[in-house]
Amino acid sequence: MNAPVKTADALSRREMLSVSAAVVGGALLVGCSPADLLSIGAKELDFGAFGPFIRIAADGTVTVISKHIEFGQGNHAGLAAIVAEELGANWEALRVEQAPAITKVYMNVGFGAQGTGGSSAIANSWDQLRVAGAAARAMFTTAAADSWRVPAAEIRVADGVVSHPGSSRSATFAELLPAAAKVTPPKTPTLKDPKTFTLIGTDRVRRKDAVAKSTGAAVFTQDVRKPNLLVAMVAHPPRYGATVASFDASAAKKVPGVVEVYKIPTGVAVVASNTWAAHQGRAALKVAWDESKAEKRGSDVLLSHYRDIAAGRLTPDGEAKWQVFDQHGAVTGPAPQGKTVEVAYDFPYLAHAAMEPMNCVAEIGGGKNKLTFGSQIPTIDQLNTGRIVGALPGSVEIETLFAGGSFGRRATFQSDYVAECVHIAKQVGGGRPVKLVWTREDDQGAGYFRPLTHHALKVVLGTDGLPSYWRHRIVTQSIQKGSPIPAPKGPDGTAVEGAMGSPYLKATPVVDAQVSLPPVGVPVLWWRSVGATHTAFVMEHTVDQLARAAGQDPVEYRRALYRKAGATRHLAVLDLAAQKAPWGAPAAGWTQGVAVHESFGSVVAQIAEVKLEDGVPKVGRVVTAIDCGAAISPDQIAAQMEGGTCYGLSAALFGEMTLKDGVVQQKNFDTYRVLRMNEAPTVETYILPSGAKPSGVGEPGTPVIAPAVANALLTLSGKPTTALPFVKSA
Amino acid sequence: MARTLDVNGKPVTVQAADDTPLLWVLRDELGLTGTKYGCGIAQCGACTVHANGQAIRACQTPIAGLDGVKITTIEGLGGSHPLQAAWVRHDVPQCGYCQSGQIMSAAALLADKPKPTDADIDAAMSGNLCRCGTYQRIRAAIKDAAGVVAA
Repeated sequence: MNAPVKTADALSRREMLSVSAAVVGGALLVGCSPADLLSIGAKELDFGAFGPFIRIAADGTVTVISKHIEFGQGNHAGLAAIVAEELGANWEALRVEQAPAITKVYMNVGFGAQGTGGSSAIANSWDQLRVAGAAARAMFTTAAADSWRVPAAEIRVADGVVSHPGSSRSATFAELLPAAAKVTPPKTPTLKDPKTFTLIGTDRVRRKDAVAKSTGAAVFTQDVRKPNLLVAMVAHPPRYGATVASFDASAAKKVPGVVEVYKIPTGVAVVASNTWAAHQGRAALKVAWDESKAEKRGSDVLLSHYRDIAAGRLTPDGEAKWQVFDQHGAVTGPAPQGKTVEVAYDFPYLAHAAMEPMNCVAEIGGGKNKLTFGSQIPTIDQLNTGRIVGALPGSVEIETLFAGGSFGRRATFQSDYVAECVHIAKQVGGGRPVKLVWTREDDQGAGYFRPLTHHALKVVLGTDGLPSYWRHRIVTQSIQKGSPIPAPKGPDGTAVEGAMGSPYLKATPVVDAQVSLPPVGVPVLWWRSVGATHTAFVMEHTVDQLARAAGQDPVEYRRALYRKAGATRHLAVLDLAAQKAPWGAPAAGWTQGVAVHESFGSVVAQIAEVKLEDGVPKVGRVVTAIDCGAAISPDQIAAQMEGGTCYGLSAALFGEMTLKDGVVQQKNFDTYRVLRMNEAPTVETYILPSGAKPSGVGEPGTPVIAPAVANALLTLSGKPTTALPFVKSA
Repeated sequence: MARTLDVNGKPVTVQAADDTPLLWVLRDELGLTGTKYGCGIAQCGACTVHANGQAIRACQTPIAGLDGVKITTIEGLGGSHPLQAAWVRHDVPQCGYCQSGQIMSAAALLADKPKPTDADIDAAMSGNLCRCGTYQRIRAAIKDAAGVVAA
């Protein structure tokens, strides 16, 4: 079958993170793995008899240790289910706990660093946790066989009970624990035959955190309480790249509760005994900014610059120079004759706008270097903290909490808000806990946006109506350039993924696809589904325009292209969605639009029903088909399709961050409109049965809805959508 | 300048200044951290609590006006409220950060309209943002708790 996690994007990120691991201390030590290097200084933990992923208490309660943060994706349920299935644990009584930061033990197999991203949590843990669970099962089996003097092969383990049906003997995990813990764990235990799974793939796999998250008991970074805790807020410059010229803290220091004011590299920090005092103290600060090196261009100026590059009115040089990401066939010479579709698209900057604004708790000094927060890439956060405080990265302790969303925002190479908190806590010193609280305005203003992006295409159809020539130009900002480490060879994969590797390009005889990455001072970042946030729209909306030019049905047209490209998984999910919708039979008053896209190893097809209400697109029923390999928790996969669709639709309808002369204009939800209850679609999810290993689920549901809606609008109006969002503010 | 508030059925004495938003008094002074900060301008609903049974945004409510007002937070809902049970049955939460506010808005709705229509749900719940996009399950859970057949 297909290799699930090896998208170009995943590979480039893995390369980067491996390099990052290797640069610790500025040198690559021969014979010592980067993960080992990064773990020097970590507390030596005794993981117990069952290893770092499984702990079994004296009462038999099984705790699964998750190396991945839970910020909504439901991975804690999926990871726990893998262990529970192989171990034969009682699912209802099983608990999940967050792993500490120890890179060599808990690294993401796909990254070489400890971290969560690229929809890889389940995919990279599948083999690892199956082996861990099966080894623990083998230990209980051996202990029972020895004790009962029966053949191990006749012993069964299920729901936390070990039994031998032949002799009617049985014992609980608790009863067998002392003996089982003494058994040497097998290195290559026998895994269950997936056909015998009783938990994986069923709706019994439910979230473990639903009660805590329905009672207010779940603890987020925002909720951390510690003795002597100080709360910090930071005055940030209005433009990226500006620094503090001077400041007057006299009024701020008079605010009751304000303890101290510090200059830090990113601004001026007010430290107080509580959040409101910090807020009022910051409001009383007077700061003058040095904007000599600041980015002063507006997003309108940048976009017109990008359009000039794409249209050939400007020849980009230096790092903006054109880079080829797909070139095949006779690309030199004039384009062939035939029906031609020429179209260009604009995509705005987007903020992640997670419900919990970025925040962190740091305790620095007095023998402590500890962070308590929702850490998405602990290895990177350890590296950046180590640099600031002058400590070995591995010695930086991180307690990872739930995060109120991230969508990529908590995974910056600079650990931006973490570093800010560490700088403040270092000045406070003595290991006194400091909680950095960002307001919504800080969060929206800090950048790390989905990059502003422009695509320009010229596609010529052959006599069969299918594309014979495809010229593609992308102008966007490099996400990887934000990393402190050298970028891998070739163009930034995050800028072109989804166009690069598309079955449509594969099916086209002549392709000339290039990307230009001009330098801009606005920090950019991966945003749920990364490059696919724009490439899926461009490929899928363009294909509908091609089908229209060819006078063919968009579903039939795609089928022909997938057959030509050998894209069997695309074809299968399209067929499933088309059958379930069914395609061609929308509810009265609604118009259907279709889109299909592969990202993070999974392929998603959607057929959306759309109508216009006062000129605004309203999305009703959305039939979704996904091939994500083996489905561990069908209900969590459905939840991610529902949520991913809302996230994508929110951006498609309303999402737009603009900069006026370099200053962000949308700093809260009054101006950055996001999807609300009355605008939410009803998503139906159908999972393609698969024997392949699991692939991504958290992101692949996001990029498909925008082109599906645009394609419905194309049917309604005959006009393509050439810029997002659909609904322009003001 | 201590002041007495009525929070979750108990009188509590707080020291914060009059203009302090209820949100920060609940969270920082009383340790009731189930009520969340999301926007500070009453646009997201993460800070929703009840004032005499009405859903209000605690981030925009100074404590000065709350003498004699019965405040209920997510912690005061008790944990076994039919909505909380329905939330768990439907696996509504994802990141979970907005859910306290969602449940408090829904609880005020059901107290007012025990059998809400879709339009009632839209009207009562559209002030509560969820970036994870759990809206579909929130709607289903409200109907389940209310004993209304899902559409």
